[in-house]
Amino acid sequence: MPENLFKINVKEYILPGTRACQGCGLSLAYRHALKALRENTIVTLPASCLCVLHGLYPSTPVAVPCLNNSFAATAASAAGIAAGLQALNKTDLTVLAIAGDGGTFDMGIQALSGAAERETDFIYCCYDNEGYMNTGTQRSSATPLGAVTTTTPIATKQQHKKDFIKIMEAHEIPYIATCSPAYPIDLYDKFVKAKKIKGTRYIHINVPCPPGWGYPPRDTVRMGRLAVETAVFPLFEIEDGKFRFTSRSKTMAERGNKLPVINYLERQGRFRRMNIEQLRQFQAWVDKKWQEYLRRSQE
Amino acid sequence: MPEVQIMTGNAAAAQAAVLCDVQVVAAYPITPQSQLAEILSQYIEGGKLKAEYVRVEGEHSALTVCISASTVGARVFTATSANGLLYMHEQLHWAAGSRLPIVMCCVNRGVGAPWTIFNDQQDSVSQRDTGWIQIYCRNNQEILDTIIQAYRIAEAVYCPVMVAYDGFVLSHTMMPVEIPDAASVREFLPPYRPHTVVSPEDPRTLNAVLFPWRRANAQGVVCDGYMEMRHKLQAALERALDVIRETNDLYAARFGRDCGGLVWEYRMEDAEVVLTAMGSLASEATVAADLLREEGIRAGVAGIRVFRPFPADDVRRVFRKAAAVCCFEKAISYGYEGALCTEIKGALYGTGVSFPIHNYICGLGGRDVKASELAQAVRESLTDMAAGRVRTRAMWLNCVTE
Repeated sequence: MPENLFKINVKEYILPGTRACQGCGLSLAYRHALKALRENTIVTLPASCLCVLHGLYPSTPVAVPCLNNSFAATAASAAGIAAGLQALNKTDLTVLAIAGDGGTFDMGIQALSGAAERETDFIYCCYDNEGYMNTGTQRSSATPLGAVTTTTPIATKQQHKKDFIKIMEAHEIPYIATCSPAYPIDLYDKFVKAKKIKGTRYIHINVPCPPGWGYPPRDTVRMGRLAVETAVFPLFEIEDGKFRFTSRSKTMAERGNKLPVINYLERQGRFRRMNIEQLRQFQAWVDKKWQEYLRRSQE
Repeated sequence: MPEVQIMTGNAAAAQAAVLCDVQVVAAYPITPQSQLAEILSQYIEGGKLKAEYVRVEGEHSALTVCISASTVGARVFTATSANGLLYMHEQLHWAAGSRLPIVMCCVNRGVGAPWTIFNDQQDSVSQRDTGWIQIYCRNNQEILDTIIQAYRIAEAVYCPVMVAYDGFVLSHTMMPVEIPDAASVREFLPPYRPHTVVSPEDPRTLNAVLFPWRRANAQGVVCDGYMEMRHKLQAALERALDVIRETNDLYAARFGRDCGGLVWEYRMEDAEVVLTAMGSLASEATVAADLLREEGIRAGVAGIRVFRPFPADDVRRVFRKAAAVCCFEKAISYGYEGALCTEIKGALYGTGVSFPIHNYICGLGGRDVKASELAQAVRESLTDMAAGRVRTRAMWLNCVTE
């Protein structure tokens, strides 16, 4: 049973004073993720926006123990925490490794693949803002087709986003989920569920980024909703290989009321240089993925 | 009761890990270290060592696992060689910066390109400035003894220690090794106490971003900036010189074996020409010194056991009566000379000594270095020195240099 709004843990683990940007999608997502995981959680993270959110030494707004590690190291760091805790017989702690798309899709992929293959007991969360936002909006392999970044400033990104869910599925881990800060109950439920499962659990969060995507900070939730409503970023979970739509994506699958991607793209400055052919390809890519998910949801 | 067994250097290192009750091992196999990774797997799967073994997918992760496991309070062990050590480079800095008492064996091997699996010390020497203590072993007994000492040193000063021993020359060579009894080692090495406990009761963000200046915490207490923290690491390394010496003496008193502290000496009482080197090469130099003494040349050996922190005071004391020095190295700082030679010259600066120091680069990528060749190099050096010929660059021993 999904927990409703009133069941959400009232305790706050992120206090005022984060160093995140105004309207940061990650702040919203991280807040609810920590509420779901509650006490007895150890976080490890790489150089990233989240590292900045955690503040400048010697103060931090985050009331959860956290170990920073280097960029490529997130999942290995979690494996070290898990092994250390196991060796010390401290088995009541949840280990959360959380990294951006740069630290997951690109530099951190080896350590993540290794940790997942070894069935390391931890939650790996990728907060995906679709670029190297902390260093100033450079292209990552999670950047969508047609987006302007500071390293694709004129020609735009020429390739589709890497399908990272497929990569994680290939590891045959017990739990994979996607979520969005625009759907906090869904996000919360997924972290609550992930906490109860043993082994490697992978949660992928779509985090809209006002400076990186080029929209006003007040529109973060709107951008998150549009990503879901256009099926650019569907919400689902894959438990022991079984695919299931959740939240808004579930009703969309039932009703067939998917919006065209232009509704999502036109509101973001990063797509200002997208041409008609790229728009067509983008829509076709989203449709193909959506059809794949629809088929799997009916299996 | 101690027992003597015939074993390889890698087996001696594995025995030491067992005696030190390490709790987490993370290692990625690489020649010539692999045997150590395999023996530890056997010990852990067979129940001889009660530890978590994380079979990582690469060396960067191996050291990362050690860093995080050490942070949560486990005693950790890893080992690598050559390109594996270079792949860890980022995390070597991270481990030292985090002030974690990690002990790692570097089974010395030449680095690519081009590939070599054979021994030299370019791998560890090139990691000189990462903030790790580096101790070089002469033989397999010293590998075991040094690892036990390394944990005590590391946990006293909160700095990681690299125990370096030569690939194949020691790692795959059988020698008698006395294994101390576990109870005595436990007495010598108290349980590890982490400097920071990672716990939900006292949540902290470790290794957070720092600004260049010092900053106050929520209670108004001004805390270290980046530079103060770096200075503390430097101070810890400097303090480690005494700790290493004391640990060596304590170990010698308890177990009856003296590894030589920071710089060990061989026939140095009346030595005019001093041969100096690190690891098994320094061991080889003692045979060369014997050969030279048979000819009436008063030769001695100063073995540099600890390369970082550099024992400048000991070098000054040990070398003060020398008339000539030949420094043999299995590594080179490309574009200049062997790094050890530079360090020795630096340590002697301002002491008024003016004896010639000749540098020999030898044994790279496993090229054979015989005691007779070391002795011949010393003879040639002495001839040059007597003739007043000044050498301005390192000589390459046993190498075609035209």
